[in-house]
Amino acid sequence: MQDEPTPVELTKAVADFLRNDITPLISGHQSFKLRVAINILDLVTRQLTQEEGSDAREVERLRALLGMDGSVTELNRALADRIAKGEVDLATPGLAEHLWATTMDKLAVDQPNYASYKRELGREG
Amino acid sequence: MIEAELSRSVQRWCPGATGVTGAAKLSGGASQETWRFDITHPDGPIGAILRRSPKGYGAAPTRAAGLAAEAQLMQLAFEAGVPSPRVMHVLSAEDDLGTGFIMQRVEGETIARKILRDEEFAAARPLLARQIGGILAGLHRLPQDKLPELRSRGATQEISEFDRDYRSLNWPKPVFELALRWLRDHDPGPSVETTLVHGDFRNGNLIIGPDGVRAVLDWELAHLGDPMEDLGWVCVNSWRFGEIDKPVGGFGTRDELFAGYEAAGRKVDPARVKFWEVMGTLRWGIMCGGMMQRFRESPDHSMERAMIGRRASETEIDLLRLLSPRGS
Repeated sequence: MQDEPTPVELTKAVADFLRNDITPLISGHQSFKLRVAINILDLVTRQLTQEEGSDAREVERLRALLGMDGSVTELNRALADRIAKGEVDLATPGLAEHLWATTMDKLAVDQPNYASYKRELGREG
Repeated sequence: MIEAELSRSVQRWCPGATGVTGAAKLSGGASQETWRFDITHPDGPIGAILRRSPKGYGAAPTRAAGLAAEAQLMQLAFEAGVPSPRVMHVLSAEDDLGTGFIMQRVEGETIARKILRDEEFAAARPLLARQIGGILAGLHRLPQDKLPELRSRGATQEISEFDRDYRSLNWPKPVFELALRWLRDHDPGPSVETTLVHGDFRNGNLIIGPDGVRAVLDWELAHLGDPMEDLGWVCVNSWRFGEIDKPVGGFGTRDELFAGYEAAGRKVDPARVKFWEVMGTLRWGIMCGGMMQRFRESPDHSMERAMIGRRASETEIDLLRLLSPRGS
């Protein structure tokens, strides 16, 4: 077991420092790049916070859908193969729900401000 | 620097020109650059743009038409009344500037978010979807016997090409697989008519003023194919920049786009347009994957490229909204 502060706490501290102390000092193209850097750290923080739970739920759905066991990567590869072969499609019970749940979890980490995501989130609300 | 070469160049082909000022690079990757500058002239300065591949970067990537073809297409569009900058000069060896061309600078805005938000464009916005329909009709009618040599791409070939690009990423994505299946199942086959296709006609590649579209830019993906491809691509959600209920670039409805196209005397096939919108959404998603791959493989560790890789999920949610919409 590693010591604390946790990776989330450390990443947040760096992002806050860049956002609050460095942003006012920088201009032009470098300030655009700084914004990208802060966005990356915020994304990493969201992933560290959410990934464990969302991966576990994804694996559970994939096991039920595919009737097999494996890591989240292996199960995704297997599902991709079955869709490519036409063995599984949108008429397969649970597929649409699984893809929607998985995609919503990805957007929650990647781009929580994306308009399509916010619209779909409102539907669930 | 580049001003010395530009000065010598303009004095050869622009009567009365005495030199250039204010050369500034607007954008540039390794193989292609865009510069702005002013030609000094007794009647007043002439705004100009240089598009070039620097010396040693002659070869175009496989999908690109090449700068010489781009210049020819823009000139042809200009002559046909399609909003386009006038091409002033195609570079030759004696210009010593690489390969490319110089065109007249068209004033206006290209940044999509500004066009969608700024007050300056408020009056133009509701007219743009219909206007874009008319412009695309004009573009699809450009005389085929005058076109430069272009690659030819139909729906079936494009599906195979994207399938191959996707598999080469080794990036298993169930939603992309589903989209590829859907595209195969809905492949409309060869179009009744083959025309010039712009290939990247979208919000972001148009110069817009308070009066509407002033110029169509970025012709590098031009090819021969199904004209409905351009109508589908302009509707891809990624080019609506948040205005998701206005499919045509965030400006307006498909009906307005189609009405503008048909008023200009051309026919719309809405099923084909939908096919190309799905294709276009997947295309941008696979391009995001390509950015991820380039981020990993190239030594410059570009943060922007890394983050574009993380935008593939945006196209996944948009594909699901197209192929498996949830209740309203």
